[in-house]
Amino acid sequence: MTSLLRPALVLLVGFTVITGVAYPLLVTGAAQAVFPREANGSIVESGGKPVGSSLLGQSFAEPRYFWSRPSATSPDPYNGTASGGSNQGPTNPALTDAAKKRIAALQAADPGNTAPVPVELVTASGSGLDPEISPAAARYQVARVAHARGLDPATVQSLVESHTEGRQFGVLGEPRVNVLELNLALDASHR
Amino acid sequence: MTTNDFLQIGLFLVVLLALVKPMGHYMALVFADEPNRVTRFGAGAERLLYRLAGVRSDEDMGWKRYAMAMLVFNVAGVAFVYLLQRTQQWLPLNPQHFAAVAPDSAMNTAVSFVTNTNWQGYAGESTMSYLTQALGLAVQNFLSAATGIAVLIAVVRGFARRGAAAVGNFWVDMTRATLYVLLPFSIVIALLLVSQGVVQNVAPYLDVATLEHGRQTLPMGPAASQVAIKMLGTNGGGFFNANSAHPFENPTPFSNFVEMIAIFLIPGALCCTFGRMVGDRRQGWAILATMLVIFVPLAVGLVAAEQAGNPALHGLAVDAHATALQSGGNMEGKETRFGIASSGLFAAITTAASCGAVNAMHDSLTPLGGLVPMWLMQLGEVVFGGVGSGLYGMLAFAVVAVFIAGLMVGRTPEYLGKKIEAHEMKMASLAVLVPCALVVVCTAVAVMVPAGVAGVANPGAHGFSEILYAVSSASNNNGSAFGGLSANTPFWNVLLAICMFLARFPLAIAMLAMAGSLAAKGHVPPSAGTLPTHTPLFVTLLTCVVIVVGALTFLPALALGPIVEHLTSLTGH
Repeated sequence: MTSLLRPALVLLVGFTVITGVAYPLLVTGAAQAVFPREANGSIVESGGKPVGSSLLGQSFAEPRYFWSRPSATSPDPYNGTASGGSNQGPTNPALTDAAKKRIAALQAADPGNTAPVPVELVTASGSGLDPEISPAAARYQVARVAHARGLDPATVQSLVESHTEGRQFGVLGEPRVNVLELNLALDASHR
Repeated sequence: MTTNDFLQIGLFLVVLLALVKPMGHYMALVFADEPNRVTRFGAGAERLLYRLAGVRSDEDMGWKRYAMAMLVFNVAGVAFVYLLQRTQQWLPLNPQHFAAVAPDSAMNTAVSFVTNTNWQGYAGESTMSYLTQALGLAVQNFLSAATGIAVLIAVVRGFARRGAAAVGNFWVDMTRATLYVLLPFSIVIALLLVSQGVVQNVAPYLDVATLEHGRQTLPMGPAASQVAIKMLGTNGGGFFNANSAHPFENPTPFSNFVEMIAIFLIPGALCCTFGRMVGDRRQGWAILATMLVIFVPLAVGLVAAEQAGNPALHGLAVDAHATALQSGGNMEGKETRFGIASSGLFAAITTAASCGAVNAMHDSLTPLGGLVPMWLMQLGEVVFGGVGSGLYGMLAFAVVAVFIAGLMVGRTPEYLGKKIEAHEMKMASLAVLVPCALVVVCTAVAVMVPAGVAGVANPGAHGFSEILYAVSSASNNNGSAFGGLSANTPFWNVLLAICMFLARFPLAIAMLAMAGSLAAKGHVPPSAGTLPTHTPLFVTLLTCVVIVVGALTFLPALALGPIVEHLTSLTGH
């Protein structure tokens, strides 16, 4: 037993140094050297000030912006320090109620739009920080954004299309639109 | 299901199968008894560690000493991680000034990370200091995985050796698993992840003014290095609360693909390592084939269930159809970039392997979509399973399978040239039955005790599913959750810690005991009455044994949870 204690403790300390200190420092050093933007949170700046990360969604409520997906973080949506989903089960009445409220809010902001709402805009994301919406969810909001900004919907739609990213390598994941970047582009081109 | 759903699943399987053979060959060299070109490479570092630790690397341990070394090392790990959490408020690298973790939560987390479960009752970004994450949790990500690999290698030696009294040296196996396998591949995976946007820094959280003039705090930290080993070591403990759904842990579909491959890489490749070490590669392929035969239909079923969507939303003005512009389906708890295919496949992989990382919230899966991960865990984490532990669990099932075949023809069963006798059968039965018993008994306890039911978030059958899922996860060292369950309470922290501990160590010790007795036996040459164990017939038999044990044990419980929920969701009440 005692002949096992020394190896156990020394190797625990040794591997704590190797995998707990040297390994993350090595990766940090390499990451900061090779991918500084990515390693530091893919920060997006506007007017010289950081306004967020292109990877973390933000809450948008004004009609002139594209809205992100519903977020279940607490106490506020898109809380960067409390990521998480709603964890509502599929048969939970609260899930259906939340969906109804979101549909009502979207329709109230855009009374002329009678199309069914893309499912992503009525369901909360897994992280509560989803930075993206589907091209369908963006297209659904074009009329509202164009109206609020007094723009031609075709102009807004073409901006959406230029910000649409396809499946990675043509296969992986889903096509998507980054909401923060799209809204920044809107602000930049149509103040 | 859409064509792209199938394409993503197919691409994953092709890449995985292309990688397991070279990786398996490499690991066979790492754990070979004779020095070779791989082990010569790090011999200097190994020697230094052994000298400091007083390890005689040429000592060949009997199974009891091997098991004792494993146990002492892991208990020391639990104590260290516990103390670190309890004292983090006085220690450096705590820029957010987090307080000491509560005793029950700290104990649960310590057991959780040492047993390779990585169940998380706490939220990463608001509980653990950078120091605790790095010196405690990240280190155990390596060491628990290395322990699993070491035990497996000892078990395989039991089959491979003849008339031997020993099964190897735990310190050497564990050191080599860390230095040659986990560490180098983690570095590669971590940098791949950073290239996609996973954060890797030691900066404090960043406060920004958002576009609509609100405030948002962006979390930071050395995430990529921890995410890499959390996948590669089938650990699963997230750096952030949302785990691999968090864009800073899993920012793109490609990072998601890398993470999925990393989960299955070692458990899959160890099948090839096993084949090489026992001198018949076909034996390894047969085990891998069995795993795939069970995994693929369940993964496809999960994706199909999610793609079909949630009937509760069908009556509303919602478009949930899959088109070129959206994935459609059940998107509650899922991320846009992953949609249905990348989320569903990840959910199947992370629960088939005992990883437990999630890129979508399992609590919000459809009833049948949620049944699949639950059942994959309940099968005993042997379909790929944890690194090392998955394969030694599957070998226990293989022993049971040859025993059943032996009963049918009335002959003493043999596996890999070793006679399977009463002692081996006892140990294999223990390994198969301990997790089953833990799930059934502890679920029963939890639903009978008010403190157990108090944590439930969703009404009806789904609430029962949350409890069943949590206990299944802990009792099979998976670590994923139906996250609605409020499990950071003394009752749940203690109950699940007991499940995690008992699922890990008694099982490993039983398999080492089997290895000890097998190693001592001589080789029985195959005769006309020997059941070949590399054929499709054996794959079928083994598949049936795994499924029958899993179905008979858990079907009644599943009927009360996801199955009844599915039926009510169809009728609408």
